[in-house]
Amino acid sequence: MASFRNRSLPPRLADLEQEIKGYAKEFGLDFYEVIFELLSYDEVNMVAAYGGYPNRYPHWRFGMDYEQLAKGYEYGLSKIYELVINNDPTYAYLLESNPEVDQKLVMAHVFGHGDFFKNNFAFQHTNRKMMDEMANHATRVRRLIDRLGIDRIEDFIDRCLSLENLIDYHSPYIKRSPSSALGDEEGQRPHGLRNEREYMGGFINPQSYLDELQRKADEERAQKKRFPERPQRDVLLFLLDHAPLEPWEQDILAIVREEAYYFAPQGMTKIMNEGWASYWHSTIMTTRALRDSEVIDYADHHAGTVSMRPGSLNPYKIGIELYRDIERRWNTGRFGKEWEECDSLPERQSWDKQLGLGRQKIFEVRKHYNDVTFIDEFLTPEFCIDQKLFVYDYNDKRQTWEIASRQFKAVKEKLLHRLTNFGNPIIEVVDANFENRSELLLVHKHDGVDLKVDDARHTLQCLQSLWRRPVNLYTRLDGKSLILRFDGQEHSDQKAEL
Amino acid sequence: MIGKQGKDLITIPLPTIEIPKFRYGAKQQGGVGQGDGEVGQSLGPGQEQPGEGEGKAGQGEGNHLMEVDVTFDELAEILGEELQLPKIEPKGTDRIVTEKTRYTGINTIGPESLRHFKRTYKQALRRQIASGTYDPKRPVIVPYREDRRYRSWKVTPQPEAAALIIYIMDVSGSMGDEQKEIVRIESFWLDTWLRHHYKGLTARYIIHDAVAREVDRETFFHTRESGGTMISSAYKLASDLIEKDHPSSNWNTYLFHFSDGDNWSADDTRFCIELVKERIIPHVNLFAYGQVESPYGSGQFIRDLRESFDGDDRVALSEIADKEAIYGSIKDFLGKGK
Repeated sequence: MASFRNRSLPPRLADLEQEIKGYAKEFGLDFYEVIFELLSYDEVNMVAAYGGYPNRYPHWRFGMDYEQLAKGYEYGLSKIYELVINNDPTYAYLLESNPEVDQKLVMAHVFGHGDFFKNNFAFQHTNRKMMDEMANHATRVRRLIDRLGIDRIEDFIDRCLSLENLIDYHSPYIKRSPSSALGDEEGQRPHGLRNEREYMGGFINPQSYLDELQRKADEERAQKKRFPERPQRDVLLFLLDHAPLEPWEQDILAIVREEAYYFAPQGMTKIMNEGWASYWHSTIMTTRALRDSEVIDYADHHAGTVSMRPGSLNPYKIGIELYRDIERRWNTGRFGKEWEECDSLPERQSWDKQLGLGRQKIFEVRKHYNDVTFIDEFLTPEFCIDQKLFVYDYNDKRQTWEIASRQFKAVKEKLLHRLTNFGNPIIEVVDANFENRSELLLVHKHDGVDLKVDDARHTLQCLQSLWRRPVNLYTRLDGKSLILRFDGQEHSDQKAEL
Repeated sequence: MIGKQGKDLITIPLPTIEIPKFRYGAKQQGGVGQGDGEVGQSLGPGQEQPGEGEGKAGQGEGNHLMEVDVTFDELAEILGEELQLPKIEPKGTDRIVTEKTRYTGINTIGPESLRHFKRTYKQALRRQIASGTYDPKRPVIVPYREDRRYRSWKVTPQPEAAALIIYIMDVSGSMGDEQKEIVRIESFWLDTWLRHHYKGLTARYIIHDAVAREVDRETFFHTRESGGTMISSAYKLASDLIEKDHPSSNWNTYLFHFSDGDNWSADDTRFCIELVKERIIPHVNLFAYGQVESPYGSGQFIRDLRESFDGDDRVALSEIADKEAIYGSIKDFLGKGK
């Protein structure tokens, strides 16, 4: 993509920026410096197709995305209002043709995002110089293309992208302990619990307990002979370390993995992030920035942003309502033991302890939660009813999607399921020497929903081309356990029980 | 592939390529939605997730198919661009100029019948709020004269040239369903392209085996007959039509003939060539012959035509082997810019 003309905002917008920024600071939002750029709709579409970055490595899917965005805009079906990227400084793009009130709204929204990026724990490990990093990736890939030809590179990128979601979303936040390096040797008896009185031995360390310890120790030793020692979620890392890849292939795989990890927090906090930004644009606009003459247009656009459509969940809407609900609850003291134990409806309805802790609470929430924990902790039965949430399922007989339930429990479970692991199935590398033939064995942790089989087979093909040896995926389909296998030539299924 | 919707809209699916990944099958997964409705109420027929969230920006999951409505005119543009077809210069000096009106904007004055209710309302609301006369408790909006907004229009002159398409199809026993399908698809595209250039286009349809007759569109595409083939019968009928109803000075005439190229006799072929030379070519912009491959035909006819008309740019000849070849054939026919 051509580099954009370096332009600062026109004076009027620059003034607005200062004004809105002042309000944002006043409310206590904390963000990196935000740089606004004014783009035409076509440029916005280009940047959006690139995921917000002016420079990415060349790949056809960006063109495909652009095509969709451009068509959508030209036919008046969709429009990108705002685009902001997690970077220091934070970059945000404004659409040139937007009226002033929209620009204000977008700026307020962007400061909300900026604050979230900077403070939410999920983003703490992301590279804040990603803009440069992306450009570096682009250069590296372009060099490889010059050397090896676009077909080979693009083909390989396709394969890597197919495995893109096989990463360990939580690994940046915890240290997966490498095997404990306790030098316990073969045959050494387990000691059991510390016992200074010999006569108590039979009680403190009964034989059954010692046997159990022995069994565990043996198991652990057996495990050490396996490879990998314990199931590994970060399949991409495993391939990087152990697959027989050429240097350039390693390079590309590492790029794809890095970008996947960079984007992961945004996927893990979609509801929270959009909700937070919407909460702040609404607060800033309605209490500070809005002029009388702009009320109608603002209301119109805000309503559009948080509109509900039957059969879909708008993260903006759920997010903003949840924050408001939390604020309300903590302002009135509707939390804690006393509140939980109160059964009287009239009392609950007029519950107000005048605590005024709401603002403080939501700032805390935006720092320490991600979508899963956010929903898990703050979704209440009252909220479900107010927001008209429901679960839908596919009805095979009638060939339609239909509303299955409005029960709080069902809604919450389904929501959490969709959010867990970013809505991706959990798949791990379990054995890299499967059947003692250096075949790869992946295990899908089945949680009640089957994989899409045709996609799974294609993905296995991609995986096989990286691993070079046959690959196996253990999963369940229609209640039966089986192994899907691809050996480089053809697919086969076999019944299996692990 | 192509469906006509309403008057002149058609739906083109814009397929996207999805990169395979380990993902959940949609049907078992279901999801959470928001809105009114009783338990058990349908949200719409299956296939995809119902309206997978389309946010404002960001990395939302894309729908598998995006359907976009295009008008025939736009479709023709796309076709022209794709095949790099030259624009047609209509002939004839006595072009009729008509005026076309389109609603393009909003004005502060205009007839009451064109008043834009929503814009007027918004304007009034805005003024009342700005001037402080709006009372949320009693939200009555009274538009003033200045609040009113009207649709405004533009008039653009449009030259109009009259055009005639004559489709001729061989319906003898050797033309099977597959051949007819090819003819149907190809004539759809030809039609679209020519209609793009000529407003008020007339189409006439002729079918022939050993004898020719004029039929309506429906019959043209659905008749199946048997019997021999005498192409001259159709050419004779076509030239009669042109001379009687559509004198060439006022009409841009296009003649498309589809056959499997298996004519009755060499004598008849000679007669055909004579007819084309003397009674058809002088009156038409383009004489196009498409030969559809069929297991029965000898396919001799196109060779005879080629021999006689090689180098004449009013004649376009094309062999269509299968559906894939339609693309190239359209280019053969329309690539001359006639």
